[in-house]
Amino acid sequence: MSVTTADTGSALARGKARRKSLHNQRQWALWGSYAALSVFVVMFLVPPFYTIITSLKSSAEMSAQTGNPWIVQHPTLENYTYLLTYPNFLRFFFNSVMVTVLTVAISMVISVLSAFSLSRMGFWGSQTLATGVFLTYLVPASLLFIPLFQIVGWIGLINNVYCLVLLFPTLAVPFCTWIMIGYFSSIPKELDEAALIDGAGYLQMLWKIFIPVAMPGIIAATIFAFTVAWGAFLYPLAYLYTTEQMTLTVGIISDLIRGDVFQWGKIMAACVLASVPPIVIYAFLMDYYIAGLTAGATKG
Amino acid sequence: MADGTSIPADLLTPAIRRPQPKSSMQKFMRQRSTIAFLMALPLILLILCLVVYPAFYAIYLSMLNKKMTAFVGLKNFTYLLNRNTFQLVIFQSCLFAITSVVLKALLGFMLAHLMHNISGKYQRVWRGLLLVPWVIPLALSTLTWWWMFDPSYSAFNWLLNQLGFDSVPWLGTGWTARFCTILVNVWFGTPFFMIMYMAALKSVPEQLYEAASIDGAGAIQKLFFVTLPMMRNIISITVLFSLIVTFADFDIVRILTSGGPQDMTHVFATYAFQVGIQSGDIPLGASISLFMLPILAVAAYFVLRGVNKRTKEIAT
Repeated sequence: MSVTTADTGSALARGKARRKSLHNQRQWALWGSYAALSVFVVMFLVPPFYTIITSLKSSAEMSAQTGNPWIVQHPTLENYTYLLTYPNFLRFFFNSVMVTVLTVAISMVISVLSAFSLSRMGFWGSQTLATGVFLTYLVPASLLFIPLFQIVGWIGLINNVYCLVLLFPTLAVPFCTWIMIGYFSSIPKELDEAALIDGAGYLQMLWKIFIPVAMPGIIAATIFAFTVAWGAFLYPLAYLYTTEQMTLTVGIISDLIRGDVFQWGKIMAACVLASVPPIVIYAFLMDYYIAGLTAGATKG
Repeated sequence: MADGTSIPADLLTPAIRRPQPKSSMQKFMRQRSTIAFLMALPLILLILCLVVYPAFYAIYLSMLNKKMTAFVGLKNFTYLLNRNTFQLVIFQSCLFAITSVVLKALLGFMLAHLMHNISGKYQRVWRGLLLVPWVIPLALSTLTWWWMFDPSYSAFNWLLNQLGFDSVPWLGTGWTARFCTILVNVWFGTPFFMIMYMAALKSVPEQLYEAASIDGAGAIQKLFFVTLPMMRNIISITVLFSLIVTFADFDIVRILTSGGPQDMTHVFATYAFQVGIQSGDIPLGASISLFMLPILAVAAYFVLRGVNKRTKEIAT
C-alpha cells in the first residue's frame, strides 16, 4: 500500500517535472522568438529612423559633416516649417491628394459594379472576363509605359496631372475587382433572392445589401487603390515634366535635388510628411487589408 | 500593387450562375445579362483601351525604326540581343529578381514562424513594426537608402570607419551596387512574404503536429513533412507573384543608381526608361519592355494554375 502510494507520488512528481520542463522549453522558445524578432525589427526600422533623424537636422549641421550621423546634435523643425511654407511642396501634396482621391473613387465605382456583375449576375463570357481581370492584375506598370506614353500624348495629357487619374485605375481596378468578387461570392444567395422577391432592382440590391455586407472587402480594396495611387513613381516620372503638375514621389526627387545639390534635411522631412497618410491609414485599417490579401489563403 | 506586393489568393469562382429557369423566365434572364454586361462595361473598356490595346501597340511599336517612319521587323530585337549592355541587363534582371525573391521567401518564412510562436495580444504590435518597410512608399524609402549609402559622409560608412574599416563606395562599384539594390528590395518585400506565410501557417491544423509528435517526429521533420507540404501552394503563389513584381521593378534601381556604374545595375524597366523616354528612342524602349513578356507570361500561367488549384481545394 505504502509502496503504491510512493509510486504514484513519484510518478506524479515525474509528470510534474516533465510538464515543468516542457513549460520551460516553451518559455525558452518564446524568449528566443522575441529576441530574434527584435533583431529583425531593429534592422527593418533603421531606414525610417534615419529618415526622421536626418529630417530634424539643420542645414549647418548637415554641411559640417562631423560627428555621429546617427544622432541629432541640435534638433530643429526648420526643414518642416520650410516645406510647409514652400509653394512647390504644397502643390505636390495637393496634386497627390487629388490624384489619389479621384483614382480611389473611379476605381471603386468600376470595380464594385463589375464585381457584382461578374459574381452575381453573369453574362456570356463573364468567366473569361474574370480570368482576364486576374491576368491584367499581373501586368506590371513597367511593361506598358512606353506605348502608354504615346497614347497619353495623342490624348494631349502629357505633362498633365490628370493623365494619372486616367492611368492609375488600370493598376488598381483589376485587383480591387478581384477582392470584391471574392467577398461578393461569399454572401449567401438567399439574401439576394429575398431582395428580388421583395421587388428590389439590381442596383438597389447592390447598394442596400451587397455593399454594406461586403464592407471589409471594400475597405481592403480602397486601401489597395490608395496605395497604388499614392506611391506610384514610374508613371509620374515618365509623363510629368513641370513642377506644378508633379505628384509627391516625383516632386521630391526632382525639385529638392537640384543638380548636385542635395538638401538632405529637407528631402528627408518631405519623405516623412509624404509617408504620414499611408502610415495613418495602415495603422487603423491594416487588419482589413491583410484579411483582403490573404482571404483565400486562410480558408484552406 | 505598390511594390505590388499583394496577392489575390482568392476565389476564382465569379460567375456561378443559378440553375437557369427554363421557359417564361427567358426574357428576364436576357434582360438580366444585359444589365450585367452594362455594369461590367467600364471594366471591359478600361482593360481593352488601356491594357490590351497598348500591349498590341507595343508590339507594333517595337517593329519600327527610331524615327518611327519605317517598318523594320525584328531588327530591334536582334540589335538589342547583340549589344553587350543589353546582355548585362538580362543577366542583372535575372540576378536581381531571383536573388531577391529567394532571400525574401526565406526571411519571410523565418519571420512568419517567429511571429507564429508569439501569438497573443502583442502579435499585432510586432506585426505592425515589421510591416513598416512595406507601408512607406517605396520611392521615398529608397531615397533614404540612397542617403545612407552616400560615399562621403554616410551612415554606413561612418559606422565602418568607427569600427576601423575603410569606407565602401556602396553605389560606386558594380557588385556592391548590385548588392545594394537587392538589399533594398529584400528589405521592402520581406514583410509581404511574412503576412502571406503567417496566414498559411495559421491554416495548418494543430492536430497534424500532434499526430507527428506522437509518431516521434522532431522539429525539422515536422517542418519538412507537415508545414511545408501544407503551405506548398501558398508558397508557390507568393513566390511567383513576387517574381513578377520584382522582375519588373523600377523604383529601386532608378533612384539608387539610375543603372550605373557603367550600366552594371540596369534592369529591364530602368533600361527601357532610359532608352525609350530619356533618349527618345520609343521603338527600342518598347522592345526592351517586351523582353519581359515571355518570363512574365510563364510566371502568370503558373500563378493562375496555383490559384485555380487552391480554389478547388477550398471548395472541396
